[in-house]
Amino acid sequence: MNVNTPSTNKPIAVAMSGGVDSSTVAAMLRRDGHTIVGMTMQLWNQRRLPELSGEGATGRCCSLDDVYDARYVAETLGIPYYVVNFEKRFEEQVIKPFIGEYLEGRTPIPCTLCNNFVKFDPFHELAEGLGADIVATGHYARIRRDEDSGRYLLMRAVDSSKDQTYFLWGLTQSQLAHTVFPLGEYTKPQVREIARSLGIPVAEKQDSQEICFVPNGDYASFIDAYFQEQGIPREATHGSVVDTEGRKLAEHCGVHHFTIGQRKGLGFAAGEPLYVIATKPAEQLVIVGRNPDLLRAELTARQANWIAVDHLAAPMRVAVKIRNKHEAAAATVYPMEDTSRFRVRFDEPQRAVTPGQAAVLFDGDEVVGGGWIE
Amino acid sequence: MSTRYYFDHNATTLVGDAVLEAYTAALRDVPGNASSIHHHGQLAKQKLEQGRRQVAALLHVSPKEIVFSSGGTESNNLALFGVAKAGCHVITTGIEHPAVLNPCARLEQCGVEVTRVAPQPDGIVAPDAIRAALRANTTLVSVMHANNETGVVQPVEEIARIAHEAGALLHVDGVQAVGKLAVDIPALGADLYSLSGHKLAAPKGVGALYVRQGLQLTPLLYGGHHERDRRAGTENVPAVVALGAAAQWWNENGAEERARLAALRDRLENAILSVNQDIHLNGNRHARVPNTSNIRFYGISGESMVIALDLKGFAVSSGSACSSGAVEPSHVLVAMGLNNEQARSSIRFSLGRTNTADEVDALVRATVESYWHLRRLSPAFDHER
Repeated sequence: MNVNTPSTNKPIAVAMSGGVDSSTVAAMLRRDGHTIVGMTMQLWNQRRLPELSGEGATGRCCSLDDVYDARYVAETLGIPYYVVNFEKRFEEQVIKPFIGEYLEGRTPIPCTLCNNFVKFDPFHELAEGLGADIVATGHYARIRRDEDSGRYLLMRAVDSSKDQTYFLWGLTQSQLAHTVFPLGEYTKPQVREIARSLGIPVAEKQDSQEICFVPNGDYASFIDAYFQEQGIPREATHGSVVDTEGRKLAEHCGVHHFTIGQRKGLGFAAGEPLYVIATKPAEQLVIVGRNPDLLRAELTARQANWIAVDHLAAPMRVAVKIRNKHEAAAATVYPMEDTSRFRVRFDEPQRAVTPGQAAVLFDGDEVVGGGWIE
Repeated sequence: MSTRYYFDHNATTLVGDAVLEAYTAALRDVPGNASSIHHHGQLAKQKLEQGRRQVAALLHVSPKEIVFSSGGTESNNLALFGVAKAGCHVITTGIEHPAVLNPCARLEQCGVEVTRVAPQPDGIVAPDAIRAALRANTTLVSVMHANNETGVVQPVEEIARIAHEAGALLHVDGVQAVGKLAVDIPALGADLYSLSGHKLAAPKGVGALYVRQGLQLTPLLYGGHHERDRRAGTENVPAVVALGAAAQWWNENGAEERARLAALRDRLENAILSVNQDIHLNGNRHARVPNTSNIRFYGISGESMVIALDLKGFAVSSGSACSSGAVEPSHVLVAMGLNNEQARSSIRFSLGRTNTADEVDALVRATVESYWHLRRLSPAFDHER
């Protein structure tokens, strides 16, 4: 059963960012005769770190321009619209863990934290308070109900270049049961065409960036600015870049400036290409090595969430994505004694397995489950 | 949505019938510039001065002491920047409107020392706390008359005596008091007093500052010799005419209207507070304007309640809106000692001229219904699920 198009007479709460995707969702549901309420989640106050918000800063979330756009779209559609304040929750559930992960030498995915702990649970709660059982968002993914198992399945979007399942693996059965992703069946060009045909004022608006609260994608500067706001001295994060033998090659201003597989910006010139292969935040060390040092055949993951299955009972053949732009690689996933963890063995070793990113397990287009790489 | 009910009169009021008539008539029939010497100018000047007399009469002051402005914010800015100078000390309170708090923050950047006195838990600023904050260089005390969120009325007369004994001036932000209280400025003892048109059934974009005769004030705006050199800019005669008409309406009907509002407010409050022990009143119950009720619903998000009620057609408010329109917890309630969660679970009901007992009863039904629905979903009541 396809549940991407809702069958409900109750109002549907649409999470509206002011962008073309969520605006089109609102317009499509309105066109189909649903009663809808538009909401924009105010997540982050751009004025807090003003040094990051210079001219030309792009990819800003919750900017007044986006709220203006969302409000204008709602007005065009003739639907009730509200901005709701999730700033405190976003800081606690997304910003602080995001920074904490970097400081522990991992490379986090704030979008997944946001989906798991802000966009779905609290937003559902808010929507339910207003009498709306169903939440609609502009994510590119599909939800199906499997009649045999009774489970809600998360499937890749029809448009594989826009597919966002990598960020949605944490959704629970109850969240999936009360969510619709109307765009999952369409390609981005089709969505823009629908937006134009429905007269949406933001039909031609540029797509937003991935990490919405970090201007220009410069997360290291964001973390530096956040430290400054919190009164943490920058020197506290300074340390050394060393090779695999422990020889010091350069100094650096914080492990959060580095991610596994990174080649540029290491602070020194080497005869052969060197890459970050690990960070040791406790000693403020960044370890560099050659390309083969980056290959891993195995990983373990924690905080597993299972979607297609209730739990992992036996080893299973899957395709595993270890970052958003990664081509899913053939692997076998093994259960572990601690059922909140799992182990993946790739058929071929994979480059730059990065702690803090997610390992998302696919069976064809279906998301089997996922977890955080350890 | 068929019917809309408006219970947010502290945010703004609907323009009164007589006011609307006077306003549109002035827009149509009084086209002149009040500074011109010809007939058109003279007619405009007459209307301007008639409005000034009507406002002065409502406040028991001399028309010469009224300076028209663009509204409450400008009046507050004119008072504060007009009196406070670098090197001096200003006392204000933690429950003021941003139109006082933010000018004070700016004054600090300009070399003025500012002390913000905290209120008591009941929302009243103790006169002794003002006295304790006085310094040798204190030149100005700025205290609001009635609070916009709780409706609590401040002991202005006593604070005026304390300020004057110390040689300081008293500015009172009366934006939420005029109309809701019978305001007698000489009896209060204020040297400066701000009001806003749209809070008393006049249009937005007009307000006034009372400036005690003889008080020297540095202007904010420089230009022509309007408003006795205290506020440059061609006078907005139709808006002043409307403000005058509103002042006259309150002068003639205020006592009766205040009694009516108090009865409606009590009807609303008694019904909601009797639901259960998790619902409380914020602020002093007695020292209050008659139209405002600020109620705390333990465990409930005020933001959700406001949206739920709006979807049912009832306009109420919670906290203050930030620039995006999202709700932030009320700094007033936090200053009174409530924690963020308590502040976020509070709703302000503010009644006005258009509300009836039937409307209040409908509001009570909708509020109680939303309350029980939200309570069922609230994590604070998990044990009841």
